[in-house]
Amino acid sequence: MGRHLCLKTPERRNTQAMLDKVENAPDLESLPLSDNERLKAESNFLRGTIAEDLQDPITGGFTADNFQLIRFHGMYQQDDRDIRAERARQKLEPLHNVMLRARLPGGVITPEQWLVIDQFAADKTLYGSIRLTTRQTFQFHGVLKPNIKNMHQVLNATGIDSIATAGDVNRNVLCSTNPVESELHQEAHEWAKKISEHLLPKTRAYMEIWLDGKKEMSTEETILGSTYLPRKFKTTVTVPPNNEVDVHANDLNFVAIAEDGKLVGFNVLVGGGLAMTHGETATYPRKADDFGFIPLEHTLAVAEHVVSVQRDWGNRSNRKNAKTKYTLDRVGTDVFKAEVERRAGVTFADSRPYEFTSRGDRFGWVEGIDGKQHLTLFIMNGRILDYPDRPLKTGLRKIAEIHDGDFRITANQNLIIAGVDTAQKDKIEKIAREHGLLDDDTSPQKLNSMACVALPTCPLAMAESERYLPSLIEKVEGLLDKHGIADDHIILRVVGCPNGCGRAMLAEAGLVGKGPGKYNLYLGGNRVGTRIPKLYRENIGEEVILSELDSLIGRWATERHDEEGFGDFVIRQGVVKEVKVSLTDFHA
Amino acid sequence: MILSDIPQGVSPLTPSQINQVKDLMGSMTPIQQAWISGYMAAAANAAGPIAVQETVSVEASPLTILYGSQTGNAKGIAADMAAKAKARGLDVKLVNMADYKPTQLKNEKFLTIVVSTYGEGEPPEQAEKLYNFLGSKKAPKLEGVQVAVIGLGDSSYEFFCKTASDFEERLSALGASVITERALLDVDYDDAASAWVDQAVDMFEPELKAVNQAASPALNALTGFGEAPQAVTSIYNKKNPFIAEIGEVQKITGRDSLKDVRHVEISLEESGLQYQAGDSLGVYFLNDSLAVDEVLDLLKISADEPVRVGDEDKPVRQALIEDFELTQSYPGFVEKFAAATGNSILAEIASDKAGLREYLEDRQIYDVIRQNPGDITAQALIDSLRKQQPRLYSIASSQKEVEQEVHLTVAVVEFDTHDNAHLGGCSGFLGRRVEEGDKVRVYVEHNDSFRLPENPEAPVIMIGPGTGIAPFRSFLQDREADGVEGNSWLFFGNPHFTQDFLYQVELQSYLKSGVLSKLSVAFSRDQAEKVYVQDRIVENGAELYEWLQKGAHLYICGDGNHMAKDVHQALLSVVQAHGGQSAEDAEAYLEALRDDKRYQKDVY
Repeated sequence: MGRHLCLKTPERRNTQAMLDKVENAPDLESLPLSDNERLKAESNFLRGTIAEDLQDPITGGFTADNFQLIRFHGMYQQDDRDIRAERARQKLEPLHNVMLRARLPGGVITPEQWLVIDQFAADKTLYGSIRLTTRQTFQFHGVLKPNIKNMHQVLNATGIDSIATAGDVNRNVLCSTNPVESELHQEAHEWAKKISEHLLPKTRAYMEIWLDGKKEMSTEETILGSTYLPRKFKTTVTVPPNNEVDVHANDLNFVAIAEDGKLVGFNVLVGGGLAMTHGETATYPRKADDFGFIPLEHTLAVAEHVVSVQRDWGNRSNRKNAKTKYTLDRVGTDVFKAEVERRAGVTFADSRPYEFTSRGDRFGWVEGIDGKQHLTLFIMNGRILDYPDRPLKTGLRKIAEIHDGDFRITANQNLIIAGVDTAQKDKIEKIAREHGLLDDDTSPQKLNSMACVALPTCPLAMAESERYLPSLIEKVEGLLDKHGIADDHIILRVVGCPNGCGRAMLAEAGLVGKGPGKYNLYLGGNRVGTRIPKLYRENIGEEVILSELDSLIGRWATERHDEEGFGDFVIRQGVVKEVKVSLTDFHA
Repeated sequence: MILSDIPQGVSPLTPSQINQVKDLMGSMTPIQQAWISGYMAAAANAAGPIAVQETVSVEASPLTILYGSQTGNAKGIAADMAAKAKARGLDVKLVNMADYKPTQLKNEKFLTIVVSTYGEGEPPEQAEKLYNFLGSKKAPKLEGVQVAVIGLGDSSYEFFCKTASDFEERLSALGASVITERALLDVDYDDAASAWVDQAVDMFEPELKAVNQAASPALNALTGFGEAPQAVTSIYNKKNPFIAEIGEVQKITGRDSLKDVRHVEISLEESGLQYQAGDSLGVYFLNDSLAVDEVLDLLKISADEPVRVGDEDKPVRQALIEDFELTQSYPGFVEKFAAATGNSILAEIASDKAGLREYLEDRQIYDVIRQNPGDITAQALIDSLRKQQPRLYSIASSQKEVEQEVHLTVAVVEFDTHDNAHLGGCSGFLGRRVEEGDKVRVYVEHNDSFRLPENPEAPVIMIGPGTGIAPFRSFLQDREADGVEGNSWLFFGNPHFTQDFLYQVELQSYLKSGVLSKLSVAFSRDQAEKVYVQDRIVENGAELYEWLQKGAHLYICGDGNHMAKDVHQALLSVVQAHGGQSAEDAEAYLEALRDDKRYQKDVY
């Protein structure tokens, strides 16, 4: 039997026990370090024996520690899981390949760069696609080992790298794409780049291994430390009122505060994060805490020292409790904040007021205050590929060939053709329409749904996600239609595992993969992404998912208040209890 | 009465003698058993036990039967001739050409050559050394030597029985006299071979007897034991194949591979069949029943019409499926079929030898029939076909590991021509048509010319691209079971790393455990320029030469037409470059390796 809405005493007791444990936490340093700490320490600043593995023609994979170390260089070893069992019977190893995640602060990429990655995806990847992701960047899926070095060199030649887009480091820095307030966006984007550069590993391992750079053995990691961070670390720069980056999914957020259209500083939000582990109540998604306001000149110091406090205080024994959010709950937000103030030599002022009013992208054309035109395209699942009736990839290539502005990948996995001269507008729109990139009939439900990659490439996926979403959306659209609200939508997110890539833990309805065809259904996030949803039904298949949604959408359609979103409705109705403080409420 | 029936108390033999006799019996063919019973009786009438080591007469000029066999057929004929000659009390020496010292030729008086031809008119591996010697300046005068030559081949190849013809020409040129007309036999050789053997023995007999008058026939005949027969503990052989059960057929190339290679597991349970690493398995197959039905339809022959096959009657459909060759085409069929159907156009094609070969290049028997349907009786159709020949596959397993199983690595031959899909006869059967539990007729073909070193410490270098990897899987299983570690180097190649790395996971684990110490791979189509095993050999030349100097044994298995030759060239260049030797010396170096049985090939 699945666990249902109202948790009974055993779970409560567990939560209480866990709280006690956290409050009386033993000195973490006395616990044995996790194996990842050993491998980082022994890696010679992320070099390991990756170069040797590249020379090994007997396997398409990386061995031992290198399997983990390549993540710090922006790659994950994966395989085609659809044919894993088949290949085992064929006495062949899994079809090992790597996924590369580029470093693209704020998701900005030029047309010249686009043409380069378009070509590489076509020539050297198993799937021939470009995948836009929630980290505002692109991924190549299915690059075989002999092509990896070439991939980095091709990217490098066009000014792109993949340093630290994965692993226990500060990853690709997000930035709102807000194309309308162009100057503010420009400033925010500059900060995103500066923060990214500032927190980047200093080791030359990437240049040496992939770009045949000169060997320099001495490296000092002044910020990240020689064993890097306890766990992954995510940073955003956000321009309200749009919360497309989902601040509460990130360890560190700089929320832009402007006066008279000029950026003056940031509210700093620390300790968000969505990853959890099924069945482990000591893990939970958690919102970020507001540390207060800082003026611009302290930005890098604060960024550096939120990182350094987490570096020193984060849990290096248990990787499942290693993220900043757990450090905050263990030591107390005030204690953590005071340490950041002490190290950075700043004092956080009271937060400046700001409001998030939306999270979605503004599809279609908008004009910026600088007079430039911006076209936001909806890209289902962020997957850019030539589909039989929708040659998306070709369309974007044709646009890139004539476009003078840039492209911006949104944190919702969509794409903005930004900075178009009015004269080019019609031409670009024509190409977009001809290639299925622009479709006026895309339903609101489609526009507000999202999935992570999952099968067949992601090794963590427990259930389908990207490949499941399109058919699920159609069925949910049917339900909305059935209840007479076809123009409305639910923020619906599907993820293949509880690790957080698709940000289901900030959805109004989130499905988290549990096993093949089985999901946990979470309800009660809100439209703007400031509330964590709560488990409603566990381990259910599509039939139950749809029948639950059918009855809930039916109630919502008839009983909702004006403009009341689905998530707010289910909380008000007590369908699920509101998660206010994750530590105490999420598993309660 | 059989041996086990003899109660010890009743028998005059001691228990250990009984065991010795059992061992001996187990190792003998029925003919040998029959012969030895007579021999024992004769010896018993003489005085005392026989001192075997003193029995060889140095004066004797025996009938030396040299065989060079590729698939064991030539060896079989040679053994048959030896037995027949012995039965007439003649002094016989039966020797594998690979074990024969060419310089010994000048001492011969009576010589029979039994040799097959394979590929593009090439001598089999066993015959290569003697063949080359006869063509060289070192060859001695052979005046006064009497020779008889019998060749085996396949008339579907251009240079049919070329090796045998060459042997005869070279021997004649050196002065030897041919005492009986040579026989050049096609794959369906049994009856003709037997007749030729009788005739040849007739021709040799008078003079042989005269020359060897002095010697005791019984004792001299013992030299016929020169070649120890294989340890045969099974009643099953080529003429009496074992009906085995298919265990598993698993495709072992990836889904995007251009090749379809199948790993086939066959159960030998209760057959008593034993094989060693390096042996081959002979497989009789069933033709595709759908294709047979199509042929019968086209020729308007009723499926159950009885035909005479050998000395039994069976329905024509069954005969076509079980007994005859329908895939590998050959000139003889076209001639007979054209005549039987009165097809003058086909007859004209058949009359031009070169044209006919070209015509048959991309046609199976099925195609010839499909394109030339005509009136023919069921029996005439059967009579125009030749008997199915079993296909030999290098065994890919070791009994030390798989016990009562035998594994094969089968590349499915598949091509589209003349608007039809085609499958190889046996590879189509094993790879596509059989299922687990189906029956297949098999026998073990021993191959003493492809054996792991007796000294387990000796390094081995195995070169086996494509399905050539099969015997090396067997070698590695063998060495693992024997606890032999290291000193092993495998060269493997195929088109694509991700799709065609046969037995990849097993090889990775052998590398990890140390059973395999080095694995050099060449995936020809993974980069702009094609790379083959011979390129890897050259790249690793210094180390490879070092291994050879340390006593390594070299093995090549796979395609004989191109790969084995290219590899040989690569080896020559390695010996030249790293041994500082001239081209000639390098040849001699490899020749010496071959003489030492350190350079062995199993090519096809």
